[in-house]
Amino acid sequence: MIRDDYLEIRGLTVDFDGFKAIDGVDLTLLQGQLHFLIGPNGAGKTTLVDAVTGLVAGTGLARYRHQDLLRMRSHRIVRAGIGRTFQTASVFEGLSVLQNLDIAGGIHRSAWGMVRARRGTPSYVEEALETIGLGALRDKPAGVLAHGQKQWLEIGMLLVQDARVMLLDEPVAGMSAEERESTGDLLRRIGNERTIVVIEHDMDFVRNYADVVTVMHAGKVLAEGSVAEIQANARVQEVYLGRTADSEVDHA
Amino acid sequence: MKQRLQKLVRTWGPLLAIALVAVVLLVVAPAVLSPFRLNNLGKYICWAIAGVGIGLAWGRGGMLVMGQGVFFGLGGYAMAMHLKLEAAMATGGPDAVPDFMVLYGDGTMPGWWEPFRSGAFTLFAIIAVPAVVAAILGYAIFKRRVKGAYFAILTQALAVAFATLLIATIKQTGGFNGLNQFTLFFGYNLYDPVNKKMIYSIASVVLVVCLVIVWQLYRSRFGELLVATRDAEERVRFLGHDPANIKLVAFVVAAVMASIGGALFTPITGIISPSDVDATASIFLIAGVALGGRALLLGPALGAIAVGFGQTTLSERFPDQWTYFLGLLFIVVILCFPSGLGNAWSQLTSRFRKAEVA
Repeated sequence: MIRDDYLEIRGLTVDFDGFKAIDGVDLTLLQGQLHFLIGPNGAGKTTLVDAVTGLVAGTGLARYRHQDLLRMRSHRIVRAGIGRTFQTASVFEGLSVLQNLDIAGGIHRSAWGMVRARRGTPSYVEEALETIGLGALRDKPAGVLAHGQKQWLEIGMLLVQDARVMLLDEPVAGMSAEERESTGDLLRRIGNERTIVVIEHDMDFVRNYADVVTVMHAGKVLAEGSVAEIQANARVQEVYLGRTADSEVDHA
Repeated sequence: MKQRLQKLVRTWGPLLAIALVAVVLLVVAPAVLSPFRLNNLGKYICWAIAGVGIGLAWGRGGMLVMGQGVFFGLGGYAMAMHLKLEAAMATGGPDAVPDFMVLYGDGTMPGWWEPFRSGAFTLFAIIAVPAVVAAILGYAIFKRRVKGAYFAILTQALAVAFATLLIATIKQTGGFNGLNQFTLFFGYNLYDPVNKKMIYSIASVVLVVCLVIVWQLYRSRFGELLVATRDAEERVRFLGHDPANIKLVAFVVAAVMASIGGALFTPITGIISPSDVDATASIFLIAGVALGGRALLLGPALGAIAVGFGQTTLSERFPDQWTYFLGLLFIVVILCFPSGLGNAWSQLTSRFRKAEVA
């Protein structure tokens, strides 16, 4: 496996009417690493993901395979191989687990394939179902799934979508300890061939699974490195332990 | 075994229901109804054809299309122009112009009428013109992410503008009177009851074909995606689809169906006028669909036929008050069964079940 896929962000700035939610961020996200994005509320983590996925306008550069994502519209970015999840799981509650996964494969189908009814289960849907461990619940409506299972389903949809870069916004929030562990293992399994970025608050989860951690604060990158390096960083300690009130701007 | 049976019913049940509709319209109705009533039913079927499209756009796609009269009119007037020319040419030779142009104008025909002398071109225009108009309109509307009430008002305004334009151009379109006094339908004498029956049969077959088309669309992946777009448009964007394109397809199909309905309406009623295509007529189409159940397969068609039937029956008994009855019925249905009468049973049972739990 050659790991040469990466997402490069240079000088990314997001300006909300004069307030810089992201202020000149540089980031290089490499394939095969579980990259964690941490920081206090309002640090700009979600805004960064929003900018890269076309949800908010940003200036600077976000390059993936010679394409500048900042100039592309959301659905084009998805087609370029960048997938994301949202803080609140947004699966189609009325559709079954299988249908949710199947519908995510739409971009790889021809117009003719769209007009036909679904017959049987495509192999890539079956594989995703296997990977996220929801095989037994395949015919259940997604609305009845537990919170954690919905997050896994979302990750499964990204697998079917064949997202090479996955931007996951707090995937383990509200999960039990066991669910967190399964999620972490799941990310390890699928992360080898992909570029995975996880926004997270739970430091235990970060400690257990992060290969690289980027700490954001007030729209800027404060520090980057392994978990040990981050923990030893004096400025990070200052932000997390002795936060000043004026840097607290919550935009979420 | 039970599961297999369920699957069979799920797949073939709707087709069976469509077949039943086909038998009733094509075999039973002609046998029991007088020619006058059968012709009336034919008129309702034309509304039902437009209604099937509305069911697709509104019921499944969430677009409240309040101006389908425009597309109904495009088809209706295209057909009427041809029939008008056919009638004129039958008596006055190949260069004859429609009578009203001599009456209101100087007897010269606008150039864009000319191609409608050809029956083949007319049939092509009935499909192509609404498709192109809907594609351009839809592209402009959906790419700008106009939706909800704004979309409904916009389409409604279009219907008003369309009717106003027709009334204002009396020399070209017959104005307020519309186009009428047709004698021939593609060579067939329109005064012959056998030919009237034939046109009724064509309308019935077209309705059945439209039902089969939406049946396939609803069970296809496109149908799932359309419902997903209706329920969570932003989420669909992050599946890599531009929701505008998905809605556009449904909008164009609905427009073409409305146009075909209008095209058949003209020879069946013998007239198409601005009052058949204006805002009120558009709402009338919507009412039938809402009544029958907009998201159901047969709901829109049966609802449109029922409303048409109700209109005729009530207006015969109560010429002045019948619209109040229709309005009242509409309010009651929306209040009690917001997703239509076709869903009444499942809504009642689910309410009953909820009461049991509580």
